[in-house]
Amino acid sequence: MTGQGFPGKLPNAYMTAGTSSFSEFLMQTAPEMLPGRRPLPPGDFAEMSAHATTIVALKTAEGVVMAGDRRATSGNYIASRDIEKVFPADGYSLVGMAGTAGLGIELIKLYQVELEHYEKLEGAPLTLNGKANRLASMLRGNLGMAMQGLAVVPLFAGFDNDAPSVAEAGKIYSFDVVGGVYAERDYDSIGSGSIFAKGSLKKRYRRGLSTEDAVKAAVEALYDAADDDSATGGPDPIRDLYPVVMSATAEGSRRIDDAVVADLARSVIAARTENPYG
Amino acid sequence: MAMQFYTSPEQIMRDRAEFARKNISRGRNVVVLSCADGVLLVAENVSSALHKVYELYDRIGFAAVGKYNEFENLRTAGVRMADLRGYSYDRRDVTAASLAKAYAQTLGAIFSEQTKPFEVEICVAGVGASPEADELYRLTFDGSINDEPGYLAMGGAAEQLVEVLSEGHDADAPLADAFALALRALSSDGGNGTRRELTTDVLEVAVLERARPGRAFRRIEGLALDALMPRADDEPSEVDPDDVIGDDDPAAEPDTPDKGERPEPSE
Repeated sequence: MTGQGFPGKLPNAYMTAGTSSFSEFLMQTAPEMLPGRRPLPPGDFAEMSAHATTIVALKTAEGVVMAGDRRATSGNYIASRDIEKVFPADGYSLVGMAGTAGLGIELIKLYQVELEHYEKLEGAPLTLNGKANRLASMLRGNLGMAMQGLAVVPLFAGFDNDAPSVAEAGKIYSFDVVGGVYAERDYDSIGSGSIFAKGSLKKRYRRGLSTEDAVKAAVEALYDAADDDSATGGPDPIRDLYPVVMSATAEGSRRIDDAVVADLARSVIAARTENPYG
Repeated sequence: MAMQFYTSPEQIMRDRAEFARKNISRGRNVVVLSCADGVLLVAENVSSALHKVYELYDRIGFAAVGKYNEFENLRTAGVRMADLRGYSYDRRDVTAASLAKAYAQTLGAIFSEQTKPFEVEICVAGVGASPEADELYRLTFDGSINDEPGYLAMGGAAEQLVEVLSEGHDADAPLADAFALALRALSSDGGNGTRRELTTDVLEVAVLERARPGRAFRRIEGLALDALMPRADDEPSEVDPDDVIGDDDPAAEPDTPDKGERPEPSE
C-alpha cells in the first residue's frame, strides 16, 4: 500500500527519518558509490593508482595550518606535479590525505558531502570531535582495500568553535588505516616524507605561533621533506608550482593566497642556497 | 484490504483536496521573492528552532507551510536527492527544476495513492546569475507545480499576499526594499484590511545571495535582522495606508517616504 513501488515517487529511503549521514544513506540507496563497498579480487593493488605524499599540520595561536606538497608518484615515476591534497572539509576544518591518490580524493569528496549533508539536515554542524570520529568510521569501511595495498591515510585539523579559548581552539587529528583516531598535541605529518617533515617541525615549531609564521614553518617542513624523500615534491619555481597551504581560524577555513606561498617558498629557496642545511 | 462501498474518484479527490486545503489555510504565511541581491525567503514563524525556510543546495532554497513533519520529510528527501546528484555528477548539475519535478511526482503520488494527502505547500527557489534567471516553483499538496517567476506566497492568506506583492514587486530592488515589501505583504492578512505588527521574533528570514560563490543560502537573524527591519519612525507611513483595501495608491508608495538611506523605489 505505501509507497515503495509507486511510479514517480521518491523511494522510501529518501523519505525516512533517522539518519543525517550521507554515507549511511548511500549504503541504502547506492552502496556501489562507497569506496569500501566495491568487491576486489584477491591480490595486491598497490601499484594501481598514484600515491599522494606529504602533508603537514600545525596548531597556531589562531587555529591550525595545513599544507601539502604537489607530487603524486607511481613507483619511481612522477605521476603528477600539481596534484592538490589539502582541502577545506567544511567552513571550519581542513583535511589532507596521503596514500592511494584516487581513493583519497574520493574519500575527501565524500567526507565533504557528509559534513555538509549533516549540517543541512540538522541545522547545525557536527562538533570538531564528531567530525574526526565520522572520518574514522568512514575509513574503517576501507580496511579491506587498505590490506590489498590501497591504503589511504587522512589528516584532519580544524578550529573548534566549542573550545574555551581561541588559543585552545586549533585541533589536529591523525588516523591509521584501521580507523584509529589520535588527537595530536602540537603538529603532525603524514605520508612518505613525514619523517623528515616532522624532524623539521621539531626544530622550528613552538607553541603560540602566528598563522603567518606557521605557514612559513609548514613550507620549510615540506622543503625538508622534499630534500630527503624522492616522492615529495619541493617548490617548483620553473613551473610556478608551490605547496597548497590552508588555515582554519575563527574566521573560517581558507586557502592561503598562492602568491604569498610562492613568495615564502622562494625566500626558503634563497635561504637554502646560502645555507643548504637551513 | 477491507471491502468498501463505492465512492466515485471525483468525490475521493475532492474530499482529499478539501481536507488538505482546509488545513493548509490555517497556517501562517511564507513569502519568497526575487530581488537584485538574490532570492529572499520570509516566513512568519513563532518558533526559532523549527524552521520553515531551509537550504537544499548551493543555489537552492526551500520554504514550506503546513504540517511540520510532512514538509520536513520532503525537505530531507530533497537534501538527500540534491547531495546524491551533486556527488555523483557535479555540483552544478543540481538544479531547482529537477528538485521541483521530483517533489511534484512525490506529492502527486502521495495525493492519489494514500488515504491522507500531505497537508503542505512548498516552494523550491533557485538563485540565478540575474533576477531574470531566478527560478521559483510553488508545489501544492496534489503535486501541481507552478512556475512563478518573481514572487510567490503560500499559506492561508496567500491570495491577499500575492496582491500586495504584485503591486510592489521590483526584481531589481535591493534586499532591504524587498524585505520591506515582504513584511508589508505578510502583515496584510489581518482580516478586513487591517494590518498586524510583525516583530523580529516571529519572523524567519533567509536569503540566497546572488553574489556569494558556493553555498548561497544565509539566514538573517539577530542583529542582522534588526538592521534590516524598517525603522520605527518609518512605521506610521507604512502601517496606516490603504494598500490593502482602498488600493487607489500603488503599494510601492508607502515605502518611499524613507529616510533617504536608499535611492529606490523609482515609482
